Amino acid sequence: MLPVVIAGVALRSRLFIGTGKFSSPAVMAQAVEASGSDLITVAIRRVDIDAPSDSTLSALDLSRLHLLPNTSGARDADEAIRLAKLARAACGTTWIKLEVTPDPNYLLPDPIETLRAAEQLVKLGFTVLPYMNADPVLAKHLTEAGCATVMPLAAPIGSNLGLRTRDQIGIIIEQASVPVVVDAGLGMPSHAAEAIELGADAVLVNTAIAIAHDPVTMARAFRFAVEAACLARDAGPGDRAVRARASSPLTGFLRDEGSA
Amino acid sequence: MSFLEELSTVDTENIARRIESASDAEVDRALSRERASVDDILALLSPAAARRLEDLAERSASLTRRRFGCTMTLYAPLYVSNECVNACVYCGFSRRLQIPRMTLDVDTVVREADVLRSQGFRHVLLVSGENPRSVDARYVEAVVRAVRSRFHSISIETAPFESHEYARIAKEGVDGLALYQETYLAQVYREVHPVGPKSRFDRRIEAIERGGEAGFRSLGIGALLGLSPFRVEMALLALHGRYLSRRFWKSRIAVSFPRIRPTPGGFSPPHPLDDRDLVQSVCAMRLALPDADLVLSTREPPHLRDGLMSLGITRMSAGSRTNPGGYASEHSRSGRQFAIEDDRSPAEIARVLSQKGLEPLWKDFDRSIHAPTSP
Repeated sequence: MLPVVIAGVALRSRLFIGTGKFSSPAVMAQAVEASGSDLITVAIRRVDIDAPSDSTLSALDLSRLHLLPNTSGARDADEAIRLAKLARAACGTTWIKLEVTPDPNYLLPDPIETLRAAEQLVKLGFTVLPYMNADPVLAKHLTEAGCATVMPLAAPIGSNLGLRTRDQIGIIIEQASVPVVVDAGLGMPSHAAEAIELGADAVLVNTAIAIAHDPVTMARAFRFAVEAACLARDAGPGDRAVRARASSPLTGFLRDEGSA
Repeated sequence: MSFLEELSTVDTENIARRIESASDAEVDRALSRERASVDDILALLSPAAARRLEDLAERSASLTRRRFGCTMTLYAPLYVSNECVNACVYCGFSRRLQIPRMTLDVDTVVREADVLRSQGFRHVLLVSGENPRSVDARYVEAVVRAVRSRFHSISIETAPFESHEYARIAKEGVDGLALYQETYLAQVYREVHPVGPKSRFDRRIEAIERGGEAGFRSLGIGALLGLSPFRVEMALLALHGRYLSRRFWKSRIAVSFPRIRPTPGGFSPPHPLDDRDLVQSVCAMRLALPDADLVLSTREPPHLRDGLMSLGITRMSAGSRTNPGGYASEHSRSGRQFAIEDDRSPAEIARVLSQKGLEPLWKDFDRSIHAPTSP
């Protein structure tokens, strides 16, 4: 399996993990380990920079993992930029998962403010991975703004509904010139496999693992599903069709003509 | 349309009848829906749903985990004043009661804040009685300026302010506003708020909308449980929450469940709720408002708080003192607003949460998100 390359960094696993919603930092760290993931995202608003050892960050093996701070909680571009700057100072990385979600209920990404923030953050030297609705035109705009990936949602955050935006994501993948990471709404390993089989470069999962009865086992299940889908893609799947062959072929007349 | 106008079109007697007459089939349907309609909410608050409390609790618990994860945000109330010009019959701060009164000066508030910070709190709720002479918007702003470097989220629960005052307070770094209507039934409201500015039902119910316009990220509402029959009261509270979340779509709604506790005035609630009623209220509210923060204070006893942790509550206070100056000075003689039933320390509450598989969140916001203000 080839690694996914984001802004020049090769990541072996195509499963990224969100760290919110776990019952404890210890369980979160075990689940991350079991997932085989190389990249984890952390809400900077939850990190207590004044605390000598923030519980979320200190639970993780940051020598092995790529840390992707996110701006969740930001309602507009200005707030997201402030959080991104804080993340850079606190975590020592210029990578930022850009989340601008003005509506606290469905946490749907604001396309206008996300694009505005992305343009400015790129200028400020950040490597920007934007969370976005599954809008192919917006994906193009964000790519042109210099984003390192696009991260369209499968379904609203935390909904576990699966790949509801499948057709739109298919178009984004078809037209993509940066990696496409399907983010939010993947509720079961099969959903993650479906996204990878569709051609996504990676998936990001949080709720489905964090709130499972056994998060560590669920993390392993997602790992296997993503690996299986990657293998299947590499193996070159056969064409799929459910089609009966007509007993009187439509082009039968061509043969008739030839034999006449 | 304001909520006051919307409320004026609501026939509360009809709501009461529909709640009382909800059938088992209607409860079944309400429990199986992804989004509750108004009819569903009435069914979930019904006596018929009370017989299905376990099913209701299961739905509420699972919705809460999906939306909020295995977490609980912790906050502490910081009482800055117990001076009050109102005489609300249920409240320990009523002006008719002879209690030691005080409004903390800014330095004393800072000492209180330091204690809370050392206990781990990064979210604080500033609380006061209503006395325009001692706690005006300028005072609130001064207090916020003095303590804001110690916390990441500051909310206020004070008397209502005007729009321009809310705007200034928000700009100083306050992100949450709590303003409980106490009861949505105007007749009951008049009886329990006999005098003072709070006696005006309309003035109070409109204030939270001014807060919404000022841009507070969290809008907290609540009814004082026990003043009126709880089923109708909870239905009107749910309608208020839905109204606010539609109109102020960038703000999160927070709903509190204060149940009347004994006060120095010896008020006994005319419509007391038992624990099952309270649990039904919380769980029905979760289904009515899936994304709202549901808030529980230390008014409730430990066994009930521990049970509700897993069922729908997402924000809890811990180790609270309900008298001004009560944190830094154990022997502060100021009168308290109500008696605490859960006197476990914040650290103990955090331990209980962990044992229940919930991560205590001391910090779920960052003050740097606000636009920079002058120090």
